[in-house]
Amino acid sequence: MNKIKSLEDLRKMKQNLEHGMNIREKSNEPESLVQIRVAMATCGIASGARTVMNTLVEKIEKEKIPAVVTQGGCMGYCYAEPTIEVRVPGKDPVVFGYVDSAKAIEIVEKYIVNGELLDGIIPTNYKTINDKN
Amino acid sequence: MAQYKMHLLVCGGTGCRASESEQIVENLKSEIKNLGLENDAQVVTTGCFGFCEKGPIVKIIPDNTFYTQVKKEDCAEIIREHVLKGRKVSRLLYEDPETQKHIEDSKHMGFYQKQMRIALRNCGFIDPENVDEYIARDGYAALGKILSEMTPEEAIDILKKSGLRGRGGGGFPTGLKWEIASKNKADQKYVVCNADEGDPGAFMDRSILEGDPHSIIEAMAICGYCIGASKGIVYIRAEYPLAIKRLKVAARQAREYGLLGEQILGSDFSFDIELRYGAGAFVCGEETALIHSMEGLRGEPTVKPPFPAEKGYLGKPTNVNNVETFANVPAIYLKGTEWYSSIGTEKSKGTKVFALAGKINNVGLIEVPMGITLREVIYEIGGGIKDGKKFKAVQTGGPSGGCLTEKHLDTPIDFDNLIAAGSMMGSGGMIVMDEDDCMVSVAKFYLEFTVEESCGKCAPCRIGNKRLHEMLEKITSGKGVPEDIEYLKNLSRVIKDTSLCGLGQTSPNPVLSTIENFYDEYLAHVTERICPAGSCKALKLYTIIADKCTGCTACVRACPVDAITGEKRQPHVIDPDKCIRCGACYEKCKFTAIHVQ
Repeated sequence: MNKIKSLEDLRKMKQNLEHGMNIREKSNEPESLVQIRVAMATCGIASGARTVMNTLVEKIEKEKIPAVVTQGGCMGYCYAEPTIEVRVPGKDPVVFGYVDSAKAIEIVEKYIVNGELLDGIIPTNYKTINDKN
Repeated sequence: MAQYKMHLLVCGGTGCRASESEQIVENLKSEIKNLGLENDAQVVTTGCFGFCEKGPIVKIIPDNTFYTQVKKEDCAEIIREHVLKGRKVSRLLYEDPETQKHIEDSKHMGFYQKQMRIALRNCGFIDPENVDEYIARDGYAALGKILSEMTPEEAIDILKKSGLRGRGGGGFPTGLKWEIASKNKADQKYVVCNADEGDPGAFMDRSILEGDPHSIIEAMAICGYCIGASKGIVYIRAEYPLAIKRLKVAARQAREYGLLGEQILGSDFSFDIELRYGAGAFVCGEETALIHSMEGLRGEPTVKPPFPAEKGYLGKPTNVNNVETFANVPAIYLKGTEWYSSIGTEKSKGTKVFALAGKINNVGLIEVPMGITLREVIYEIGGGIKDGKKFKAVQTGGPSGGCLTEKHLDTPIDFDNLIAAGSMMGSGGMIVMDEDDCMVSVAKFYLEFTVEESCGKCAPCRIGNKRLHEMLEKITSGKGVPEDIEYLKNLSRVIKDTSLCGLGQTSPNPVLSTIENFYDEYLAHVTERICPAGSCKALKLYTIIADKCTGCTACVRACPVDAITGEKRQPHVIDPDKCIRCGACYEKCKFTAIHVQ
């Protein structure tokens, strides 16, 4: 191991290392972040949800977007897999269907960063037990 | 470097390791490998999450899913269901004791909602054996900042302004302690970390050392710079093998990075630490006794002054701080005094770690802002009293502290309020008692501990505590007389006034505070010869209700001392002089004819 010779070195080192810890730091305050949930049921995985998830994780990490990507179970939109749910703080969650890597990047750039609405939104007509209050 | 989408944090503290958490880590890793998820999920062994009641704990990041009481057989299911398919394993989720509902993530658990983690900031968050994770969370940045931007005086000034007080029990202002040590001139000074945690039930220092050892090393180096010491010693009890191991690993890593050793971070400051093992004597938590023990002498206290800051280890100025105190130091320098002094009450700043134990639903390690009430701690964080019983008292401060009762439930907890209420902060043990606990027995328990741990140097402590214990033994065995209570009080005062060190000066506190708060209970023991809580065995009276007794002779055969006599099919009688109160007859009787008083 190389010695750390100055405060400057230490700070640089921290910047290189914090990358790996980001996901834990973010989980400390999930409420203030954009939460992206990728449906990872069997049908989702079969239609490429894992690739979409990888793309999303890399994208938000690269652009330092305050978002966290989690996995969810089947949302029931098997016809439209892969599906992702995006929850921007203060807004209602939005579900996108037929998401591939290109679409995922578009969602991040346009919907999450700029707040523009996109095609491919699935109107949600259900309530979850978490929503009842 | 792989970008993991999930981190699986597994508690590697002593408590969870005892329930095979190491095996859980192995199983999680091998299942991840089986499914080819090596680039997606990372398994990390962390320090204590504090929720020891329900260990072993596995926490899944980023969704904060909090799995409790995980067994090594559950690992495959966690990986296959949660990591692969995003479905939580609901049977392993924490169940709210009140609503019986599963709580999905730690952010919604009452146990964590009122907590504020400063000293425990990295416990259950980073891998304690990986210095890189500590550095990624601004580790050693406080040391770096101080070495390159501040004089020792400026740095001490910051600590003084923060209002940090010693967390080992006494609550002495830490900044002031450092200042005194820094002003004493000598060719060599020492920084000592007191990790001789001895209060029954307290384990915060162990958890910090196990979960975040680098924070202690960093703080000791900061202290070394401030007071002008180049040597640090951690006095740790040998019963903490895991903490010792983690501390050694951390010190080695710090040396490899040049964070300990010569000319740290390019400055002129050099500092290194070594470990000394204590044999686990309670009295060695007292500064002077600790120093004698380190010098190879008997662990006995000496009169202060001279304080260790003047003449300490090997006669040189020495600054002794407790583990939890040190753990707060880097955070104060990083976030500033204003931030720190905004937390807590007027004279007690910051947070305090408590080891919550006893008759409470959520046993564990908690860190709360000073000024929180006992009610919040017991009912919101602790989840209330076990089995729906009635709250009776809470013992704080260990063998030096006292009992707080229902009337203190809404008192804000801080150093001064606890003393005013007849107890003390101590190192932060908090033992909750319910209606079934006899307060005389509680006092006896603590005296038993003190008698055992008294070093024997001064007579008041050596003999006085023994007499107190004998008197309490007499009362709980039903031989007490009303005058005994006065005698207990008088003797307690004498011991407090005349003992040499903190151990003896505080050891009668459990007696005095239980007499003060539960006088009626003492009185019942010595006048009516009954134990209201029904816990003192010798005060139980077993009788046979003649109307219910069928004379089946089951009890006669169960009684080990032949105390029960009677004709077949006629009501039997128990001879109270022969009866040893074992309860065997009570359990055997099918007709509920045995009455216990």
